[in-house]
Amino acid sequence: MSMTPFRYARPMALRDALADLTEHPEARVLAGGMSLLPLMKMDLAAPERLIDLGRVQELQGITETPDGIRIGAMTRHFELASDEVVGRCAPIVAQAAAHVGDPQVRHRGTIGGSLAHADPAADLPAAMLAADAVIEAASADGSRMIPAADFFVGPLVTELRPGEMLVAVRIPMLQGRRQHYEKVPHPASGYAVVGVAISLAVAGGVVQEARIGVTGVAGHAYRAHAAERALEGEGLNPGVIAKASSLAAEGEEILGDAVYASAEYRRHLLQVTLSRALQRVS
Amino acid sequence: MPEQVSTTAVVLTVNGETHTESLPANMLLSEYLRDHLHLTGTHVGCDTSQCGACTVLVDGLSVKSCTVLAVSLDESRIETVEGLAGPDGLHPLQAAFRARHALQCGFCTPGVLMTAAGLLRESPRPSPTEIRAGLDGILCRCTGYENIVAAVGEAAAAIGEAM
Ligand SMILES: Cc1cc2nc3c(=O)[nH]c(=O)nc-3n(C[C@H](O)[C@H](O)[C@H](O)COP(=O)(O)OP(=O)(O)OC[C@H]3O[C@@H](n4cnc5c(N)ncnc54)[C@H](O)[C@@H]3O)c2cc1C
Ligand code: FES
Ligand code: FES
Repeated sequence: MSMTPFRYARPMALRDALADLTEHPEARVLAGGMSLLPLMKMDLAAPERLIDLGRVQELQGITETPDGIRIGAMTRHFELASDEVVGRCAPIVAQAAAHVGDPQVRHRGTIGGSLAHADPAADLPAAMLAADAVIEAASADGSRMIPAADFFVGPLVTELRPGEMLVAVRIPMLQGRRQHYEKVPHPASGYAVVGVAISLAVAGGVVQEARIGVTGVAGHAYRAHAAERALEGEGLNPGVIAKASSLAAEGEEILGDAVYASAEYRRHLLQVTLSRALQRVS
Repeated sequence: MPEQVSTTAVVLTVNGETHTESLPANMLLSEYLRDHLHLTGTHVGCDTSQCGACTVLVDGLSVKSCTVLAVSLDESRIETVEGLAGPDGLHPLQAAFRARHALQCGFCTPGVLMTAAGLLRESPRPSPTEIRAGLDGILCRCTGYENIVAAVGEAAAAIGEAM
């Protein structure tokens, strides 16, 4: 399959990449290409210009900060899944990354590309919500911080503005929290039919703070606030787990399609999946 | 628009040989290997990043060559199935695939071999479960996978003994 020709830039510095994006509003940035190149090959996207982020130094690397970790946008899924710092400080992120696609996809695909693409069935968005991550975005005019809870706004739509790039993701220290990512993959595509990421602060057998990120079932990943509230102040007993799980879809429009998963099926699967995730950490 | 057909300078090392090239940006790695270098051992099956037949190693990591731009890989080391056998004959993976009947039509085989070669570098003694997970990105419509999993395990053991 051949692709429509495009202009190609490969900046070495973030400043140059941002300047290029400002100068060429028609350009798309290229990260791992695992979502963008298939779209271009099928002619569902035909950008006139690609800005390849592969050599931009500032977008690489994982660093420990005083209050957590900072993950550069070009960090590949396999690095997230195997990095010692991520495994220690934010195991939920490593676990979700290990569920993305297959080894070849994890060798190329990046955290920045996955979050910016915002596929409604992607794994990392759920983990970002459960982790209370903050997205660092930059444009030629400066940078800003976007809480993950505000970042995903629709299918393939995020809070990023034209001319803006995702530069890094900041994750607060999650060590000591009970975390788990539970996924029901579509048997053919591998994407999540349902994915649930949970992170609970538990003290003296009582849930102090709950975060639940859900992917796969709605137009974008969301936080299950009603289910979180049902856990807070309670112990993780079967009654509480059942109550919280029944609230996982509260306030959300659950997607259904005629081909493989009706809304009713997804709603049920979501309840079962959250309940399994909670049992795993109780 | 003359700029659109412009090319990008890259240096690519393929199976140990260095190539200084000027390539159109929309050339896929699979196209570069097959059409430009005539290394047709790398097969293109689905051409949509699903089947893994086109898998090669880039800097030691398995990658689906139908879904990577060649110009993105400047200064990378690429290994294809043509580079797998050494001067002393078949690579242990190839020998095990032959002994174990881990191929039938052979269409998927170059990609499976390279995926497995990458897996064994990351994890030299994988369990059957790890082998299955490592081969998640390939599809074989002939073998039913059992003999592939067995052959990869056998090759891992053979490499371990030789060291
Ligand atoms: C066979 C296959 C199976 C997959 N299975 C799964 C799965 O199970 N779960 C899952 O979650 N995903 C899956 N994916 C998708 C994969 O996770 C991709 O890596 C991800 O969606 C995109 O990341 P990328 O780095 O490849 O981005 P690209 O494809 O390069 O870019 C995607 C989009 O994001 C934009 N973009 C990229 N980086 C930035 C940035 N820093 N700032 C702003 N915009 C940016 C691009 O312009 C483009 O619009 C699969 C992909 C394939 C091919
Ligand atoms: S040909 Fe590349 S994945 Fe099928
Ligand atoms: S041997 Fe025929 S597809 Fe694998």
